[in-house]
Amino acid sequence: MTSSEIPILRLGKILLAGLLKELDDKTAVLFADELSRQVSTVGAEAVVLDITKLEIVDSFAARILVEIATMARLLGARVVVAGMRYPVAITLVELGLDLPGVETALSVEHAVNMLSQPGGSRDG
Amino acid sequence: MLGDAERTREEIARVVGEQRDRIVATWVRTQEITLAAGGAVDGDELREEAETIISCLYEGLAGATPLDQVATRFPPLRNAVTDLSHRWARLGVSATAIAGAIFALKDACVQVLADEISDLGLRLDAIELTNRLLDGAGLLTFQTYVDSREEIIQRQNRQLLEISTPVVRIWRKVLAVPLIGTLDSGRAQIVMESILQAIQDNEAAVAIIDITGVPTVDTAVAQHLMQTVAATRLMGADCILSGIRPQIAQMIARLGIDLSEIITRSSLADALTTAMRMVGDVWPVEEKPSESTFSNVP
Repeated sequence: MTSSEIPILRLGKILLAGLLKELDDKTAVLFADELSRQVSTVGAEAVVLDITKLEIVDSFAARILVEIATMARLLGARVVVAGMRYPVAITLVELGLDLPGVETALSVEHAVNMLSQPGGSRDG
Repeated sequence: MLGDAERTREEIARVVGEQRDRIVATWVRTQEITLAAGGAVDGDELREEAETIISCLYEGLAGATPLDQVATRFPPLRNAVTDLSHRWARLGVSATAIAGAIFALKDACVQVLADEISDLGLRLDAIELTNRLLDGAGLLTFQTYVDSREEIIQRQNRQLLEISTPVVRIWRKVLAVPLIGTLDSGRAQIVMESILQAIQDNEAAVAIIDITGVPTVDTAVAQHLMQTVAATRLMGADCILSGIRPQIAQMIARLGIDLSEIITRSSLADALTTAMRMVGDVWPVEEKPSESTFSNVP
């Protein structure tokens, strides 16, 4: 079985993955696949995706992010996308992709803080 | 026919060369009447200008540039004409007066040509050619005038964009952007970029967009604001829209723009209170109930 090149770290009940400069279609699909398996085997409560280094998000990658969020929710976990660069945010908004169901945070630290608060999501 | 054209050209060159002083004198006389009223350019300067242009014209006629392109293609003449219109434009001379000056030069030349060339056919050809040549120069002054104006407008536009979008940090993790003036798509784009960049640089959790100074909000502006809010959410921050005046609120309601996704407050103070609650700081004094017209903070 092939696995994606993106390492998925486990911090208690949180799974943490850092995406690199580019997210091509094949890597994205493999990553989503591997992540879903990990979420279910670990019984994770949350997934934090660090996209600080990611410079390009196309519509396919955006769809994968939304799919990851949907799939994680089905498995009982929240998905937080952390550290989106502002050009990426502008591109996504201009493409009309606002990542429904995906929570966002300024950085991984903020994401972990947010998840540890009992209140739940930042704007929920 | 080509021989004729060449001959005409030589004839013009000869007359212009020989009668240079007379042309200059005639021209200065006419220009002193029209320009001296404004007091911007005096007689000596006029004489200098005229001599420069006439000698460039003479060189152009003697050179190899096709005659109808001498004004636009022959570099010394072209430069002399554009220089003149630049300088005079700066002195506050109107575009009409500058072009008028060139046309008066044409009149002066034509007058001299009419006196000096005895052959009737040749005279007609020479006058026609001179007309065409100096008409080109007149048009060039207009083009130069418009170009320099255009440059000023663009520079001011850029300056306006630079000064019009300050992003200030007003509290720990809270940014404020007071918007003043009409938002068009270009400005909205710059506003969005500077807000997002500031959020990234300061790790700000809340950005307040204050539209007290924005005269009207139409669907396009609302669309830009929604985009900005969506982008800040993607980055993990939040956005509050404040300073919505009653008229604007009415306009938004009447246009049926749905801003329910955005947290809105009527004043910047209210927005700051909300923002501080969101970042976990407590407002130091007793809080008044919010006067929000729209949605409440979730």
